[in-house]
Amino acid sequence: MTTIGEQIDSTPAVTSLRRKDLLGIADMSPEEIALILDTAEAMKEVGSRPIKKVPALRGKTVVNLFFEPSTRTRTSFEIAEKRLSADTLSVAIGTSSVVKGETLADTALNLEAMSPDMIVLRHSSSGACHLLSRICRSAIVNAGDGTNEHPTQALLDALTIRERKGRLRGLKVAIVGDLLHSRVLRSNIHLLTKMGADVWVCGPPTLVPAEMSRFGVRVTSFVDEAVADADVVMLLRIQLERMEGAYFPSLREYFQVFGMTEARLRLAKPDVMIMHPGPMNRGVEIASEVADGPYSVILDQVANGVAVRMAVLYLLAGGAEHEEAA
Amino acid sequence: MPVVMDADRIGRSLARIAHEILERNKGVDDLALIGVRRRGVPLAKRLARQIKQITGDEVPTGALDITLYRDDLMKQAVGLQPVVRRTEIPFSIDGRKILLVDDVLYTGRTTRAALDALIDFGRPKAIQLIVLVDRGHRELPIKADYVGKNLPTALDESVQVRLQEIDDRDEVVLEQGGA
Repeated sequence: MTTIGEQIDSTPAVTSLRRKDLLGIADMSPEEIALILDTAEAMKEVGSRPIKKVPALRGKTVVNLFFEPSTRTRTSFEIAEKRLSADTLSVAIGTSSVVKGETLADTALNLEAMSPDMIVLRHSSSGACHLLSRICRSAIVNAGDGTNEHPTQALLDALTIRERKGRLRGLKVAIVGDLLHSRVLRSNIHLLTKMGADVWVCGPPTLVPAEMSRFGVRVTSFVDEAVADADVVMLLRIQLERMEGAYFPSLREYFQVFGMTEARLRLAKPDVMIMHPGPMNRGVEIASEVADGPYSVILDQVANGVAVRMAVLYLLAGGAEHEEAA
Repeated sequence: MPVVMDADRIGRSLARIAHEILERNKGVDDLALIGVRRRGVPLAKRLARQIKQITGDEVPTGALDITLYRDDLMKQAVGLQPVVRRTEIPFSIDGRKILLVDDVLYTGRTTRAALDALIDFGRPKAIQLIVLVDRGHRELPIKADYVGKNLPTALDESVQVRLQEIDDRDEVVLEQGGA
């Protein structure tokens, strides 16, 4: 019983997020990221209790405003909010005034007139969260904006990697798939490079944004080169709904050239982790035997999502007060 | 900055409390020690060692983080947002007599939070409170069952407990001015 309490008993470099909103990973410091991950580890324990609820956000109101379809992220935020005892409501856009032509800013200001404490926003336009952050008093949490960022996804990915590997620094992480449309990629690149990982990105040349290497990552279109000796292979969904042009000849050809198969995976380290932010296209970016195989941590990612979102909501709830007190 | 308890005094107090625990509970049956993070945790472990020296029995120990149960979470005019740490109770508390261990008993609000947190883990047969220092000024109807030292204090004083496991030395210091 000597191990109890010693693992994370050291005092972290920073003890609060001195910010009102979580808009993206781009403007966060490595110390803030580490604080969120440490807090998420503590939150994970709450989910293993018989009574999975703590009173930390009692009396706080959180609005989940999702302008894009989402199962995983919205459910995950809702569970996180409920576990912290916040009052939550989710606005389904199909039944909202948005279908009557209301703008995002008007929707937000009207919600804000009812004094919620936080708004969790998913929107198809990059920068939608930044817009709300400027006009709302409520804390804004980015649950994915266009092709810009999806910060809580990158944080849960980092938590999952850190749990398995004990660190992020020095790991080779290969990210393969649709680099052009992926907000998950952008948040992950910011986070992983800030935390000292060696990040490789790989996709068809038509799906690689210009000047990608400026992010401090290695870019290749040869999947075997990206996967070679990788500690982590992260697959990105081919986002058929965002593809207006023909980026590659066929899904079958994509799978042949870039799909993650058991054979391809043998190039990676023997203890490689396979990650996917979901929803998966089986037989396109990932073979079923890999998705369900022993290296896959895809369902651990989902489980960690709740803990990471609890950490973010808790830390922002405390951080906003500090800003006022300061 | 007067030292009100040195290492010897802390050691003797814990030894006495260990005996009191055994006397009052007539042995170690169904007992478990749960320390309130941070400094209650090493104190709980020390008491478990003391009890083992006396009776040879192992009393299970756990660590309770009460951050998420605090009533001042959103009301801090000064001070840092507390860091959330892991609660580790690797046994069922149902039907056990839980000895809750903390370093300082002051307003009673930490203990209130700890009781709420503990109840979320099950239904203990009883909860008894052990503190190294009781400095008075209660704001809630809470009383310790075992006290290392009763220390009369003024409101503008602060009591600092330092323990080898966290602070590299054992002492209790009474400081002037706010914490």
